[in-house]
Amino acid sequence: MATFKKILIANRGEIAVRVIRACRELGIDSVAVYSEVDRNALHVRKADEAYAIGPAAARESYLNIDKILAVAKRAKADAIHPGYGFLSENAGFAEACAKAGVKFIGPTAAAMNIMGSKTSARRAMEAAGVPFVPGSSKGLTLDEAAGVAEKVGYPVMLKAAAGGGGKGMRLVQSAKDLRSAYEGASSEAARAFNSDEVYIEKYIQQPRHIEVQVFGDEHGNVVYLGERECSVQRRHQKVIEEAPSAIVDEEMRRRMGETAVRVAKSAGYTNAGTVEFLVDAQKNFYFLEMNTRLQVEHPVTELVTGLDLVHLQIEVAAGKKLPFKQDEVKLRGHAIECRIYAEDPDNSFFPSPGKITRLMSPSGPGIREDSGVYEGWNVPLDYDPMLSKLIAYAPTRRMAIARMLRALDEYFVAGIKTNLPLFRKILRDQDFAEARIDTGYLERLLAADVVTQKSSNEAARVAAIGAALFAMNNGANGGGSNAGANNGVANGKRNGVAEENVAWKSVARREGLRE
Amino acid sequence: MTYEITITAKDGAAQSYSVELSRSKDGVLRCRVNGEEVKGGFDAQNPEREIISMLVGNQSYEVKRDLSGAELQVIVGEERFTADVRDPRSLKARRAKAGASEGPKKITAPMPGKVVRIISPEGTPVEAGQGVIVIEAMKMQNELKSPKKGVVKKIMAAVGATVNAGDALAVVE
Repeated sequence: MATFKKILIANRGEIAVRVIRACRELGIDSVAVYSEVDRNALHVRKADEAYAIGPAAARESYLNIDKILAVAKRAKADAIHPGYGFLSENAGFAEACAKAGVKFIGPTAAAMNIMGSKTSARRAMEAAGVPFVPGSSKGLTLDEAAGVAEKVGYPVMLKAAAGGGGKGMRLVQSAKDLRSAYEGASSEAARAFNSDEVYIEKYIQQPRHIEVQVFGDEHGNVVYLGERECSVQRRHQKVIEEAPSAIVDEEMRRRMGETAVRVAKSAGYTNAGTVEFLVDAQKNFYFLEMNTRLQVEHPVTELVTGLDLVHLQIEVAAGKKLPFKQDEVKLRGHAIECRIYAEDPDNSFFPSPGKITRLMSPSGPGIREDSGVYEGWNVPLDYDPMLSKLIAYAPTRRMAIARMLRALDEYFVAGIKTNLPLFRKILRDQDFAEARIDTGYLERLLAADVVTQKSSNEAARVAAIGAALFAMNNGANGGGSNAGANNGVANGKRNGVAEENVAWKSVARREGLRE
Repeated sequence: MTYEITITAKDGAAQSYSVELSRSKDGVLRCRVNGEEVKGGFDAQNPEREIISMLVGNQSYEVKRDLSGAELQVIVGEERFTADVRDPRSLKARRAKAGASEGPKKITAPMPGKVVRIISPEGTPVEAGQGVIVIEAMKMQNELKSPKKGVVKKIMAAVGATVNAGDALAVVE
């Protein structure tokens, strides 16, 4: 097959827009699908064709294999890109695509099945000589678990074989806690994944999360494209990713890369994939799992390698050979990505869906934004609240941080709350600057509740003048915006009565003290 | 025109300013803060919606406004402030000032979502900060608290109802 004529994107949000852009660049027609609440979503109007696929609930739309394949047939799409999330790691979907004669842009169902279960992945990897966190490679009875825990040494982690996302996971500090943790983990696993199979791993203290991007074509070639460090996480969700990792040198990169390639080859892996490792304080790395999809954080790899991973995915899926060899892959510079979410960092990261009333995006040297939103878009409450990915690229890590801080200052979102302030906090933190990070780093930073830097009097005074100017402008303009402004101000009064009285008193005090 | 403005920083520190804006006959904008003329020249433009470009002398400031929340927010550089603007001549402002914490207070939805639980049904005596109603959005729950000590007079949304940001959900008196 030369290439595809038309690709259906079985996704929404920024990744749908990302793939549509690649299609446009390659001269391939794009087909969007959308749920009822996404008629006005960005990906619908960026695509060449768009088809409604049902209600907001994902299982009736973006997760509905029959509906998506029906659209593919009707639109005569010859390939489907699943993006990430939704159906991207669903082997059943990959198989259904194959049956329907539509190319699934990703690995084969067989490779996904091997990687889908943590225990079966572990057996395959052990055969390939891949380093693992010491522990068991299969589901265990309580007695077996006690034996394995004794052998590898406490503390240990109990994990659900079919699991993910922290469900069915228990940290066990000593032998006396094992029984209750085992029972808790296996019943939680049974409820969440329909399988009570539980296995054990030695608990690595303060590990880093470093992953390797791999790419395979359908002619047996597999390469690695360097690593990404994703240690800045909150509740097992990545918040900031960067490439390369500050602690990985050439030699370690080669060892990790070659291991990742072995992992991929042992599963007959094709297309884009990511091999995740835990790295301990002595820089030992252990296989964690393989993600059989394009990752959210793929842009940082694109920037430091100069490659376009979505272009590559499409070409490789069309049967082409990888257009380069391992020794032609060179890393250059440093890239950092911030995941911008509609959530309120001042209110325990509560999601903040709603209408984006004003949006100003950063630009300029070394800044890339992969966004799925626009000014006026109503962020629906039905899906993941990620709005956009902001990526900074510079010759050094230090300059990439400075560049990202500059871009964050240019970024303005009104109407909904975002986690933009969180990134300032991290990027200014001394530990982050010196790359002293691990998967517990962010929770510790947040718990430390660093006193927010004292606001300057000058800025407060300018804010006061600004507020007066806005009020005056509204008075002059009249009309709709005026009503909005008055509302805002009136609301402020209603909720802030207590402070108001104090404020009035403090004015009086200051007036009294004035020389 | 004089505006009485309270600016609250992120750390909770509040300061009040009296800002007087006037335009001379030849159109020059003048600004006095707490009775003192802003020195070194002053100019302000509104080149884009919700954006003011302000020059104090030759210091340049980009000031942004966010009207969407319960409170008016003004952003200067990377600092975000809550601004409470009162035109002292307006009747509304004087009333609100006198109002203090007396009278009925509404609890409004801070974001769109679904009502999942009523913690304090009508007639329940509540303390300030006590939970009254729980709403859920994107699979996360948020407990809305009473703004004052009193009695829940009215619940305006049933369990299961979809609500929009700003919708009144309950009244505490």
